[in-house]
Amino acid sequence: MTTLAISQPEVIQPDRLTLLFRYFRRNKSLAIGLFLVLMLTAFTVNGMLTINIKHAYPLSVKPKQPPSAQFPLGTDFFGRDLYPAMVVGLWQTALIGVLAGGMGTLIGVVLGFTSAYFGGFADSGIKGICQILTPIPPFLIQVILAGSLDKRAVTVYTMAFIVVLLSWMGPTLVIRSQVLSMKERQFVSVAKLSGMGDIGIIFSEIMPNLLPFIAASFVGQVFSAVFASFYLAVIGLGPLREPLLGNTIWSAQSQGAFFNGWWWWPIFPALAMVLILGSLALINMGLDELSNPRIRKTE
Amino acid sequence: MSVKRIIQRLLFLVLVIWAASTITFFIPRLSPKNPVRERFNQLAMTGGFNPADLEVIIASYNTMFGLDKPLLVQYWIYMSHVVKFDMGVSFNKYPRTVMQLIMDALPWSIALLFVTTLLSFVIGNLLGAVAAWPRSPNWMRMIATPFVLLMGVPPVIMGVLLLFFVAFRLKFLPLGNAYSTDMIPNFTSPAFLWDVFKHMILPGLALILGTIGGWVLSMRGMGVTIQGEDYVLFAEHKGLGGWAIFKDYYLRNALLPQVTGLGLALSTMVVSAIIVEGQFGLPGLGRVLQQAIQSNDFQVIYGVVIFITIAVATLMAVIELIYPLMDPRIRQE
Repeated sequence: MTTLAISQPEVIQPDRLTLLFRYFRRNKSLAIGLFLVLMLTAFTVNGMLTINIKHAYPLSVKPKQPPSAQFPLGTDFFGRDLYPAMVVGLWQTALIGVLAGGMGTLIGVVLGFTSAYFGGFADSGIKGICQILTPIPPFLIQVILAGSLDKRAVTVYTMAFIVVLLSWMGPTLVIRSQVLSMKERQFVSVAKLSGMGDIGIIFSEIMPNLLPFIAASFVGQVFSAVFASFYLAVIGLGPLREPLLGNTIWSAQSQGAFFNGWWWWPIFPALAMVLILGSLALINMGLDELSNPRIRKTE
Repeated sequence: MSVKRIIQRLLFLVLVIWAASTITFFIPRLSPKNPVRERFNQLAMTGGFNPADLEVIIASYNTMFGLDKPLLVQYWIYMSHVVKFDMGVSFNKYPRTVMQLIMDALPWSIALLFVTTLLSFVIGNLLGAVAAWPRSPNWMRMIATPFVLLMGVPPVIMGVLLLFFVAFRLKFLPLGNAYSTDMIPNFTSPAFLWDVFKHMILPGLALILGTIGGWVLSMRGMGVTIQGEDYVLFAEHKGLGGWAIFKDYYLRNALLPQVTGLGLALSTMVVSAIIVEGQFGLPGLGRVLQQAIQSNDFQVIYGVVIFITIAVATLMAVIELIYPLMDPRIRQE
């Protein structure tokens, strides 16, 4: 008897990079969103390395100049060069977004887990507070908070803090509902029966399954933090000296930029804001698809 | 819906209003900033005050407004005023009360908000429904995509862009304010009304375009879910025409959750409208708030905030209470 050697076709396992690219081709909104964020980051980092930061603040250059070779985005009424102002503004917007988004998500994860996993008194308390606070427009409370601060004490960091104080309810409720459904799954019961402690179950059984949700809620938090701080700044409650994008639009509009023909002053920050919010919305949609296979598209 | 549910909902509303006014009371008191002092410091910068006199004046004002009493007593006085919708007087426009300022501005805000919310909701939902409907022609299904992209453009930015392209570049429409400076406000003359309308187009458009994307997207998602439902399939097999299915089986059921969405979106809509009003210089609540912020007129800031919060919370409760009238499944529960 002879043994037949069937020649096995070699399995071509594409390397991870190719797989990643394939996934991005399928999930276009995630790809475009990430690409836009990358471009914005590159613009900001490149800017931070090349500009003179002093020019982003008042009385540093000749005022009211339209865009030219010397001032790519023009200069404003107060003598800021708007290109460095844009760079610093983007940097500060990112700072507020990531700080407030990160803190909000962290609070949401901690409270959501406590509430759903341990239940009882903690659960009804946390859920109750969330439900009472949800119908109150957070922006209005933020107006009071920001308005109660000394104008000189308002910095980028206090802005982030103000935004966080009123934005943890969303992620808390989302994470809570996810943990509630996850907690009844069989693998959790098995882990419980085999004597695993609560901390162990939370971190090694439930948390890994929730990572896509946590990532999506982080992006959502960054979006709403950027949005909220932008609104506060647009209405004149931002750190007045800083060239935050919302501040620039606020000062342009309060100086009647369009009436006076200084169109470049508000228009560039507005376009930058469109790019930021648009890319975050796209990433969020992409992550939704990643974490919810029911709406996942095939190639 | 049982009477018990209605009472429960109303009690919850009272709880929300209480929480909102308590937060509005305590946050400013926790900060070391004294509104009276702040205001007089601002006045003192223009000169004409002797520092010693200033202290006496501030102390007397503190007594007058009850700011020297213990915190809990102040809280009690404040809450008893809020219950009566008495928000105090404006520092800046004394002797006008905060409520008078609000009432003067309110018609403008309500008009803008009502029209834009209605248009955005109706157009957005129709577009979303059509986009998800498998029998719509291809170009109709494509039409939703640009609107979804609008999701990244909040109304304020839409306002800046519209101001630039339509008002500044093309000079089609005015750059701001509620009516031309050479007009005399007279709500019976057609010329004046036409002028106001022209001034309202851009802020209205900014609000509609800035909020419509959300409706298109959520309606499209809802529509896709409804298509798979048994009753739609049944209607098709019964031989009903496409339009009848679309109108009675598909749109009607998909719209129900959107009404709940309207309640949830209300607070964002109101906030956006306020900021856009400030941006375009319309004499609504937004401008009252913005002027108050600029001039440290704290009573007005707190008053406007409490008023809007109560309005939003009440509207949300009303929508929730109306909902069972539209959806018999909930009514029977």
